[in-house]
Amino acid sequence: MKIGFYPGCSLESSSKEYSTSLFAVAEKCGVTLEEIKDWSCCGASAAHSLSHDLSIALPARTLALAENQGMTEIVIPCAACYGRLAASQQAIINDEKVHQRIEGYIDLKFAGSIKLLTIFEFLQKYIFPVADQYIVNKLNQKTACYYGCLLARPKDLTKLKHPESPMEMEVVMEKAGATPVDWAFKTECCGAGFSMSRTDIVAKLSGKILEDAADRGADSIIVACPMCHSNLDLRRPEIKKQIKRDIDIPVLFITQALGLSMGIPAKDLGLDKHFVPTGNTVSCIVKKEA
Amino acid sequence: MARIGVFICHCGENISATVDVEKVAREAEKLSGVGYAMDYKYMCSDPGQTKIIEAIKEHNLTGIVVGSCSPRMHEATFRKVAEKAGINPYLCEIANIREQVSWVHPKSDATTQKAIDIVRTLVQKVKRDSALFPIKVPVTKTALVVGGGIAGIQAALDIANAGHQVILVEKSPSIGGHMSQLSETFPTLDCSQCILTPRMVEVAQHPNITLHTYAEVESVSGFVGNFDVKVRLKARSVDLSKCTGCGTCWEKCPNKKIPDEFNAGLSFRTAIYTPFPQAVPNKPVIDREHCTWFLKGKCGLCAKNCPTGAINYDTQDEFIDLKVGAIVAATGFDIKHTDFFPEYGYGQFKDVIDGLQFERLASASGPTGGEIRRPSDGEIPEKIVFLACSGSRDKAKGIEYCSKICCMYTAKHAMLYKHKHHEGNAYIFYMDIRSAGKNYDEFVRRAVEEDDVHYIRGRVSRIYEKNGKLIVKGVDTLMNAEPIEIEADMVVLATAVVANQDAESVAQKMHISYDKHHFFAEAHPKLRPVETNTAGIMLAGACQTAKDIPDTVSQASAAASKVIGLFSADEMTREPVIAVVNRMMPPQFTTCTGCLLCMEVCPYHAIEREEIKDRRTGEILKVAAKVNAGLCQGCGTCVAFCRNKSIDLQGFSNQQMLSEVMALLNKPF
Amino acid sequence: MSEFEPKIVAFVCNWCTYAGADLAGTSRTKYASNVRIVRFPCTGRIDFMLLMKAFENGADGVIVSGCHPNDCHYTSGNFHARRRWIVFRSLLDFIGFDTDRITFSWVSAAEGNKWASLVNEVTDKMKAKGPFTDLDKLDCSKLKQLHDETITE
Repeated sequence: MKIGFYPGCSLESSSKEYSTSLFAVAEKCGVTLEEIKDWSCCGASAAHSLSHDLSIALPARTLALAENQGMTEIVIPCAACYGRLAASQQAIINDEKVHQRIEGYIDLKFAGSIKLLTIFEFLQKYIFPVADQYIVNKLNQKTACYYGCLLARPKDLTKLKHPESPMEMEVVMEKAGATPVDWAFKTECCGAGFSMSRTDIVAKLSGKILEDAADRGADSIIVACPMCHSNLDLRRPEIKKQIKRDIDIPVLFITQALGLSMGIPAKDLGLDKHFVPTGNTVSCIVKKEA
Repeated sequence: MARIGVFICHCGENISATVDVEKVAREAEKLSGVGYAMDYKYMCSDPGQTKIIEAIKEHNLTGIVVGSCSPRMHEATFRKVAEKAGINPYLCEIANIREQVSWVHPKSDATTQKAIDIVRTLVQKVKRDSALFPIKVPVTKTALVVGGGIAGIQAALDIANAGHQVILVEKSPSIGGHMSQLSETFPTLDCSQCILTPRMVEVAQHPNITLHTYAEVESVSGFVGNFDVKVRLKARSVDLSKCTGCGTCWEKCPNKKIPDEFNAGLSFRTAIYTPFPQAVPNKPVIDREHCTWFLKGKCGLCAKNCPTGAINYDTQDEFIDLKVGAIVAATGFDIKHTDFFPEYGYGQFKDVIDGLQFERLASASGPTGGEIRRPSDGEIPEKIVFLACSGSRDKAKGIEYCSKICCMYTAKHAMLYKHKHHEGNAYIFYMDIRSAGKNYDEFVRRAVEEDDVHYIRGRVSRIYEKNGKLIVKGVDTLMNAEPIEIEADMVVLATAVVANQDAESVAQKMHISYDKHHFFAEAHPKLRPVETNTAGIMLAGACQTAKDIPDTVSQASAAASKVIGLFSADEMTREPVIAVVNRMMPPQFTTCTGCLLCMEVCPYHAIEREEIKDRRTGEILKVAAKVNAGLCQGCGTCVAFCRNKSIDLQGFSNQQMLSEVMALLNKPF
Repeated sequence: MSEFEPKIVAFVCNWCTYAGADLAGTSRTKYASNVRIVRFPCTGRIDFMLLMKAFENGADGVIVSGCHPNDCHYTSGNFHARRRWIVFRSLLDFIGFDTDRITFSWVSAAEGNKWASLVNEVTDKMKAKGPFTDLDKLDCSKLKQLHDETITE
């Protein structure tokens, strides 16, 4: 079974481990992911703050390429990329004039009807049906599932069942043998793109998230967004300084956590690429009882 | 032979400035069937009207056309003139040559020609008008009031005091409605039950009111003045004639864990119960859905202990048939209870409650004896945060409207809390303050100035629990959009006012319209706010839309006055512009084939199935449609539907409309 | 050559469009004088054969206008009118009638300006189309054929 794959910029570089772990899990479950050839940037926040048409055209190019390469479904793990591609698709489908104008810009003809899968939809549809036979470990720890902003908004595009209090990640973590904690900062902002320009804001906002997770007894935080990961992981020193607390809870991508439960070695999941050491998470793992 | 009189009005200069009115009159005189034509400065004035009357008498006119302003202005005026002159008022038609000609076109030949065309058209119409006579329908002078809250109570008392019989049907075991749950009412802070219970007793004791509680309307048929209503009297399991209300049964009842509806779920009640101590009637019912006897066949303690033997487990629902002339729908409202605010923890955190629950806490007869205490641990809260607009005015939550009462009751709640606990802190997050009634804004000012309630303009994005406190994250938009975090002990949400769960089915039973929120629809939002589109059914109270007690009482009295007006004559007079199925001599009787398609499309259910029988043998000769003159409103949808034109609309008949079209295009007909 | 002035017949309901036209009058909004209104209690009353009669006898364009959906004074008459129009339009199309000559619209009692614009718009459109002379060009043989095919089953 071959599914199209759009990494976006982050999964190529700063969050390479998200991509690595996703491929590892997919391979284990017999799912082949095919990267879209010649894909380009989704535009992120830069495009839509400059030009409405640009913000539609950039992702549309990727949609057109995927369609013309014969793909019917593509999974987009990065929350921001997914949001941009979905928004672009919606704009094109709703207005034929927009559709034609965009086709003019990108110089490619396409219907715009390719099915876009969020990471959760992908896991539900392709991994869950076969996961049980591959899950050999229990993560055996308390996890705080962190959705951040773009996984839950806008609610028409992200299609979470309960956008104010989602449970999609918790379901995955339970399958992986972890105990999700009920906590208050599931969908609160981490500071997003202020990582470089106003690191102090990121430190404050991400600090609150970290503190609540720690206060509720979480052993790890699970994310599905490269931005969230970066702010909670890479910026840990700044956060610690801001909140004046030494919280060393590691931050894992959902695919990494799932991969660990499937017995995939930590190195193959890119766990060595994190700034906050993930050793504790790995050591908690126990074999699942038969 | 028709002799039509045509009267063209100058309307001062309004018509004559752009239309050559003399020419219009001259051209009209040439038309076949016109016996007289004239023009005059002000047709509707006294001298103008006199001229018409004189002309009718002098020239033996059989019908008149007045070329003037819109029929919506003066059709009734000129019809009365015709009647005074001795011809049937429905033989008078108005040619609109002002609003639709002289005022919208410049002075020109084309404009005058248009006026001529329109007059010609109406002459053809009036030649085919038939004399119509007002229709009389008998009226049963008994009213049905559905719903025993303050709206129903007020309407019932007003109608009963006017000397008519009233039947009041209430679905819960006692009348009183939501007003009986309130602690104090704004803006006076009157004790709610103190002002309500005397009315409740008055209803129970009034000689003209028959009260049925624990009863629901099962079906409604018939028409204005003549409704047939079936009411289901639910099985109370208690014989009202034997029960003395002593209370032994509910003291003995071992099943004490049923969430108490009256206390908004904050406490429990027994399976045999009265909703509250001042209930009218003050006699219990058994909640069969939770009673051990009915679920498992065990217990029976209440029956064993009843000193008068009033308890009978074998009673069944009873049905009664009522004949009433008018119905007042006063079924009230509900507030949104569900956990539709997960970001506020409503339904998840015990100390996040809604407005009705706060009322019960504040009420002296409530679960905490009137002390404001946290449902979680019974402690007195030091900080309460009130959220106005929880769900209302919010498209994302599906409720775009304003619930009207919340700004006032939130201020009231904050004040009550402060009165009971002076050291406490009350915060209200609001969007706007809607306090438009009499003494309302002064009331809110009191909360701010005298009771030190802190108003913060902004919304709350999230509430979560930490270390036993509720962390409320909001924003203060008047302080430069400063984010605010309050560690509250209790949060009160002013949740949206919504229609009752069963509002849709109640409306359908009564054949009244309702909107997408299931609030009942008034006949006209501005000019007919207490009637529905169904003749004979009135609206009172919050079943129509969210409203406070003064407006509810006003509307209830207004609805009562409509009913009393309806009952003021033994017979009702109706406008005769109605549909009629043709009738002729036997053996044909009618061209109607009895397909009854018209019956299906009539919005007023005014068409019935009629069996035409042989007078001697009773054998059914033909099935045809028949229009109920009392119900038909004259829309004519049935006429357009009829395949073979057996049904026609008087005043807008097929012949008339065809003649108008032909006359417009100046073709003979 | 004098400019062609189309004859337009408007079939309107008393409660909404007629009142809207009155409002245009009280507001003194000027519009083309080619239209003549025939007043009905409700658009539900309008027998669409009357529209055909109008064309047969010299009308160049027709307007049918009533209350907005959900606002019908008689609750549902305008829904029936709309459904009737949809079926009728297909039928007219089938026999080759230019359905653009009939304009179906909703004008409320508060929309005086909309009425004026509507009349002007339709007048201009009919002026561009020219007089209606296609009555004899309508292909009713197709109807007969359809009828025969259906009946033989």
